[in-house]
Amino acid sequence: MVRSRAKAAADAADRLLKAGQLLRKSPTTLDLRAVYRTDQKVNDSPYRERWAHDKVVRSTHGVNCTGSCSWKVYVKDGLITWETQQTDYPSVGPDRPEYEPRGCPRGASFSWYTYSPTRVRHPLARGVLVEMYRDAKRRHGGDPVAAWAELTGDPDKRRRYQRARGHGGFVRVDWDEALEIAAAAQVHTIAEYGPDRVAGFSPIPAMSMASHAVGARYHSLIGAPMISFYDWYADLPIASPQVFGDQTDVPESGDWWDAAYLMLWGSNVPVTRTPDAHWMAEARYRGQKVVVVSPDYADATKFADEWLHPHPGTDGALAMAMGHVLLTEFFVRRQVPYFTDYVKRFTDLPFLVALDEHAQGRYTPGKFVTAADLGLGRHADAGARAWMPVLIDADTDDVVVPNGTLGDRWGKDGQGRWNLDLGGADPLLTLHRHTDGRGDNGVEVVLPRFDEPGATVVRGVPAREVGGRLVTTVYDLLLAQYAVARPGLAGHWPGGYDDADDPCTPAWQERITSVPADAAVRAAREFARTAEQTRGRCMIVMGAGTNHWFHSDTIYRSFLSLLILTGCQGVNGGGWAHYVGQEKVRPYTGWQQLSTAADWVRPSRQMAGTPYWYLHTGQWRYESHAADALAAPTAPGTLAGLHTADLVAQSARLGWMPSYPTFDANPLDLGRRARESGQEPGDWIAEQLGSGAVDFACEDPDAPRNWPRVLTVWRANLIGSSAKGNEYFLRHLLGARDGATAEEAPPGHRPRSVAWRDDAPEGKLDLLLSLDFRMTSTTLFSDLVLPAATWYEKHDLSSTDMHPFVHAFSPAINPPWQARTDFEIFHSLARRFGELAAGRLDTAHDLVATALQHDTPGETAQPGGRVTDWRDGRTPIEPGRNAPNVTLVERDYTALADRLAAFGPLAEEHGMTVKGVTVNPHEEARWLAARCGTAPAGPAHGRPLLDTDVKFCEAILALSGTTNGRLAAEGFDRLADRVGPGAGLAELAASVRERRVVFSDTQERPVQVGASFEWSGKEAPDRRYSPFTVNTEHKKPWHTLTGRQHFYVDHDWMAELGEQLPVYRPPLNLAELGDAPTSAGDGRAVTVRYLTPHAKWSIHSEYQENLLMQTLARGGPVIWMSPADAGAIGAADNDWVEAVNAHGVVVARAIVSHRVPDGTVLMYHVQERLVNVPKSEANGRRGGVHNSLTKLLVKPTHLIGGYGQLSFAPNYYGPTGNQRDAVTTIRRRSQEVTY
Amino acid sequence: MRVMAQVAMVMNLDKCIGCHTCSVTCKQTWTNRTGTEYVWFNNVETRPGQGYPRGHEDQEKWKGGWQLKGGRLVPRSGGRARRLARLFANPDLPTLDDYYQPWTYDYENLTTAPLGDDIPTAPPRSLIDGRPTEITWGPNWDDDLGGGPDQLAADPLLARMSEQVRLDYERAFMFYLPRICEHCLNPSCVAVCPSGALYKRVEDGIVLVDQDRCRGWRMCVSGCPYKKVYFNHATGKAEKCTFCYPRIEAGDPTVCSETCVGRLRYLGVMLYDPDKVGAAASVTDEKDLYEAQLGCFLDPDDPEVARAAEASGIPHDWVEAARRSPVGALISRYRVALPLHPEYRTMPMVWYIPPLSPVVDALTGSGHDGEDPAALFGAIDTLRIPLGYLAELFTAGDPGPVEAALCRLAAMRSHMRRVNLGEEQDPRIAEAVGLDERGILELYRLLALAKYDERYVIPTAYTGSVPDPGGSGAGCSLDGVGGPGMMPEGGDFDPDSFHAPPTADSSGTATSLRGRVNLLNWNGKGRPDGLFPRTVRTEPEL
Repeated sequence: MVRSRAKAAADAADRLLKAGQLLRKSPTTLDLRAVYRTDQKVNDSPYRERWAHDKVVRSTHGVNCTGSCSWKVYVKDGLITWETQQTDYPSVGPDRPEYEPRGCPRGASFSWYTYSPTRVRHPLARGVLVEMYRDAKRRHGGDPVAAWAELTGDPDKRRRYQRARGHGGFVRVDWDEALEIAAAAQVHTIAEYGPDRVAGFSPIPAMSMASHAVGARYHSLIGAPMISFYDWYADLPIASPQVFGDQTDVPESGDWWDAAYLMLWGSNVPVTRTPDAHWMAEARYRGQKVVVVSPDYADATKFADEWLHPHPGTDGALAMAMGHVLLTEFFVRRQVPYFTDYVKRFTDLPFLVALDEHAQGRYTPGKFVTAADLGLGRHADAGARAWMPVLIDADTDDVVVPNGTLGDRWGKDGQGRWNLDLGGADPLLTLHRHTDGRGDNGVEVVLPRFDEPGATVVRGVPAREVGGRLVTTVYDLLLAQYAVARPGLAGHWPGGYDDADDPCTPAWQERITSVPADAAVRAAREFARTAEQTRGRCMIVMGAGTNHWFHSDTIYRSFLSLLILTGCQGVNGGGWAHYVGQEKVRPYTGWQQLSTAADWVRPSRQMAGTPYWYLHTGQWRYESHAADALAAPTAPGTLAGLHTADLVAQSARLGWMPSYPTFDANPLDLGRRARESGQEPGDWIAEQLGSGAVDFACEDPDAPRNWPRVLTVWRANLIGSSAKGNEYFLRHLLGARDGATAEEAPPGHRPRSVAWRDDAPEGKLDLLLSLDFRMTSTTLFSDLVLPAATWYEKHDLSSTDMHPFVHAFSPAINPPWQARTDFEIFHSLARRFGELAAGRLDTAHDLVATALQHDTPGETAQPGGRVTDWRDGRTPIEPGRNAPNVTLVERDYTALADRLAAFGPLAEEHGMTVKGVTVNPHEEARWLAARCGTAPAGPAHGRPLLDTDVKFCEAILALSGTTNGRLAAEGFDRLADRVGPGAGLAELAASVRERRVVFSDTQERPVQVGASFEWSGKEAPDRRYSPFTVNTEHKKPWHTLTGRQHFYVDHDWMAELGEQLPVYRPPLNLAELGDAPTSAGDGRAVTVRYLTPHAKWSIHSEYQENLLMQTLARGGPVIWMSPADAGAIGAADNDWVEAVNAHGVVVARAIVSHRVPDGTVLMYHVQERLVNVPKSEANGRRGGVHNSLTKLLVKPTHLIGGYGQLSFAPNYYGPTGNQRDAVTTIRRRSQEVTY
Repeated sequence: MRVMAQVAMVMNLDKCIGCHTCSVTCKQTWTNRTGTEYVWFNNVETRPGQGYPRGHEDQEKWKGGWQLKGGRLVPRSGGRARRLARLFANPDLPTLDDYYQPWTYDYENLTTAPLGDDIPTAPPRSLIDGRPTEITWGPNWDDDLGGGPDQLAADPLLARMSEQVRLDYERAFMFYLPRICEHCLNPSCVAVCPSGALYKRVEDGIVLVDQDRCRGWRMCVSGCPYKKVYFNHATGKAEKCTFCYPRIEAGDPTVCSETCVGRLRYLGVMLYDPDKVGAAASVTDEKDLYEAQLGCFLDPDDPEVARAAEASGIPHDWVEAARRSPVGALISRYRVALPLHPEYRTMPMVWYIPPLSPVVDALTGSGHDGEDPAALFGAIDTLRIPLGYLAELFTAGDPGPVEAALCRLAAMRSHMRRVNLGEEQDPRIAEAVGLDERGILELYRLLALAKYDERYVIPTAYTGSVPDPGGSGAGCSLDGVGGPGMMPEGGDFDPDSFHAPPTADSSGTATSLRGRVNLLNWNGKGRPDGLFPRTVRTEPEL
């Protein structure tokens, strides 16, 4: 019935349709389903009008990400509307995908900021400060410097405005007044305390080189330290300088395509390398196998052929077990000619290491045996011979000094010998079953293991006597370390892969990581087999998930071992691919010259960030464990009883790490006195230090004379983003209120050489100045905020390690409201500074102390890596050898603005040195003079002008080898002088000589850069960048002690920590270190590992408050939890929770997801207090940032210096500000929240 | 034979990284306005998950698309009479809560907060009424499996699957599904519009809403089974994805395609026979709809088809584009792309290559060697992403075509791995999936190399006449009454206003996201709201 009625209705409809057809005359489909109408006009103009725009401008985003994506910015009626990606990257070849389009949702939402209500539109200052300043200025007859002196000299007034930091109360001030306050603060501080009490912080130059360099140049000209960031961010893989002697050098993402086997290990490529992820997705279609190692089911896992999920922070155990399998099956049971040949030529495995007597007739690994020990290497002077490790020639059985060790790098005798040519020698890898000595069963060597407290293993290592000492090879030690048994060797060895008791077996790692032993074996075999088949085309993309740990260097070394043993480094499609932090300024030399003002004054002050903040934010005061809590059971014990702050001070004293403020006196006074003494400044300061008349500031960091006083932050969000131990920054550096509850170290657990003051200073900084276009935690806590132009409002340059191009920022509009570019702000500040400096600072002599520097002869200051401290009174102080270098620098403070705006003469007079290679820019200076004009008068008279951002960019490109082939060729020629003929470096020079990139090229389109001495890899339009290809293809040594890639590091402190060889170290046991969170005990809280991986909806703090991103996310701070952990605290999805430990409080909503493992929560990186953060239940105050639950812990070995590749360079080598070992309790809180 | 052309899209889900760049560029370009705050013409869903609006695939609830009644296609929302009767109270309409309540924050508090005793923050505010709000749902709430087993179990597809899917850590799986309007061959939104405002363009098949004709009845919103027609609450009219026709007409890809960082979108011309569509959409068994739709497509290499196409008014360059169409290759030649929810019977024209990725993981788990092709094909049904789930998405539950597509991808990888490693090639790999080596290489070229000019093959718009009205020969190409670039016709030209800025157009001056300048509808006159801080809240001066 119903059915027939429906049928009737349908028939009626049919008839109606047919009738309609007659009436309409429009054509229809045969079944009359659709009608084609031409009789109606439609209005589709609204969307056409919406799409219409007036112009499209090329720019990019100067944010701390590696994207460096070129964008189209659309402008309509003079207003920025939206952005889409450029797609015009130069082709990388017909048989591979292209780089287009590069971008991500964060970048796509950037235009939101331009007119957003969070934009800083005018200079802002805290009202309470401005009132007091104006008042003081009136009373001082309008003298700004005197006003600042009064304001900061009065403890009550100082306290008043410091306590107001972060609590609102901004007022709008005009530019003149803002600049005047900033300049007055700097002038006063320099006169009263010294230029090293002023500091600048601006990270990641590659993301906008000119904006970075102009401010860094400003600070360098006034003598203020620039604080490093890459190490401070814990993005610096400290294993890289340890192993490669290089900061970080990695393949461009286009080279992933060349890999046949790709492991994504702790790197969530789709989220953190969004524009590059397609290479991975596409390379799979080329048959690439993808293995993801991640504790959570991260975005990248979707692409994985295999997902291995070790417990967080245990990755090193998995890698050690893979190494065990690899060494067992591809080195011991069977040899692969490609692997064996590679490790002989390019690694330290054949080099000899002395065995030191331990207890009970056993031994521990000691120092490299050098030519000096054996009376070899007579071609070189005695000093150099201590830097020449030796090996045995298998053919002759003689000990030989191979070319290319550090001993050949700096001396005159090494000219032409610093190369990897073995001259016919065949390096002997193992002494096992070799003639002579104890090769058959070896001697017992004690090695530490860290998976069980205090435990060691005893392994037989083949050895023989050479020059009166017992020696072995690094290879033999490595096999012992990896527990790879060989017939006849003494000691204890695992019974097989399934022996779970002994370190490094697959079964042992399963116990630690939970990864099935079979899976570890399979991964190792596939990895090695593919490398064998493809001659090294296996790649490991490694990221923050494995790099932000306290012991990340050991984790990374266990990864690098897999790559180096299989000959994957220095091969396209192979090797490590560490992408954390955008370290690669491709036009490096020019940026470096200009940013350090090396064209006017040398040297500049470059400070290692981690020790700086460790001391100046008072975090050391809350550390009650001794430095040797981390030492190995095999340690000789030189760290016993010391506090990490003692090590920081020692590192400064010995010239290892820089330290600013350096001395407990104004370096301008010291400079004047040194000059008046008529002595060499080094001799003078040695006397002063020896007599105790002058001390290191780091030995009493809480003394008011040793505080940093003025800090300028630009292109950065220090307080909200990178400040590990956020609450201590607030308390001690800023004097603001904070949420930490940790106890100070009790007497008996305090440093010996660093003064303890019972009244910890609260509020060291007199002025926190920030430049930004948006409100951040840093601007909220600043005293003075200057409105900066956005990336769509200025000229600048961008590059990255992920792609081989340089390209431009261009202004789509002029900076709106009262915003100004960073470039213009520093220039106007310089003018005001110069005016106020006249009569107060004028010309002064600054005593500058600098650390023993990487890639300079300073790296050969302390032979053998033996630590002797002149503080013991037995060793004379020798600046430049066992103490910092000391230089007297003349500063004309009134000439600041003129020098800032012109290219100085020193680059031509002394050349420009990068990575030990010096080139001279005579021709470029002439070119710049013609291109940019010259200063008509004044202190920079006749010098090429750098007075606009475009000229500044032009200079960066002109002065760099990657963008100026003439300089690249000159650098390769100089390198050829040192390496010697036959390496093909002259041909490489010839191939790049004609390349030249000028600024307008980069505005037109991203431009491919050329190969240059500045980097270790070769590149060209038809050659993807892969690091160390210059080394493997041109016999150029690595910048290490042996000139090869190092498995073994023999510094005293490495022995203390038991890390001479790759080793597994578990995440820190914070309870043992006195830093475990206390549970509320009511059963409604769980204690969990607290991970802060990089986020999907922001780049660090940037975009995190952007409405588009928050809309696609959850609308505020969130913590991801497993269903079980959420269940344990009774929390449902989107419930408010609180995470609390001794360092602070975080309030967030929970996201419950089964992609998170139990016992671990994820709070994605840099969720600030800016949006949707209510007051906490725990202390009634605003919830904290992600770093409110962290506290700095400095790893002692990162402080080593003056020793080969373990030598300081800013952002190159230095302690990391790691944070990943943190734990917290977490509980469901009341769902009623207040703001 | 009548021939029609459509510019269609294929998305390769195997390459989607879930970055949402497409969503953001689309939103910024098109729906960043008052009335469309909650509207995402393009969104990306994590599956399993509820999607946006939540549970949109549950047609029992939303009554979208077509159903077969008595062998005839009728809108699921009922016949014309039923629809008219419910014009004013349509229970099948999603509420704002089903999408989400759009919000913003009191950002200005960060700058203007007076001196207090705590750190300023910007609390959430409703973007609809400006009042304090709690954020409890969003357009992408279950991103990356957020919400956990409880919430994700509400995914309508999971409910429909016969096999049990465990949502736990060890067995976690996910993939991303970017969605735009399907620009269907048999669009139910067009069919149900009482005002005739929705139309499918003859020349390229793009489905649009005529903003003049729309009366805001919202039948299209409930009629669209993909929930890709939205109601602009400020203008009272329906809006939807336009396939970026101003760009397509110029030969440029849609914004979502051009900005797709995963390089997974393809655009190209499909030729089809419109007279076959009705029957194809009416096949009895839902599982036959995929093949039925394939049967509507015409082979541009067939001379018959080419002749018919030109006879139907399709220019030569469109036929040529159809021959080079990457979409055609992926859909018809290699059959790796599949339609989204063919069971809605709308004949969607945005197709998807299913995600292959975790096959080896499943294999190794079951003790196979993942690189052995025989094992590979044998184990496709042990994927980490359950085959049944993909089948519910793409083939009305029939696992066959999904399995075939995945096998082709697997075969390509397997073949290319041998090439990559310099191993001997095995022709049986290609044969096993019905391809030859040449086919494998072509598929590889399209999916792996994916050069810009091969991802997007878009002929420019065509008109039937030459725009030179007067024959003077001196006119520019934009001349032509009513043509592009001409000023509006009309007699109210006022010489006195020659240099004056244009007058305000009251209909279009809606403001954008609250507190943000609406740049696009700003007429250049006066001070738009939000460009400058509101005076009451500006930073105080001393």
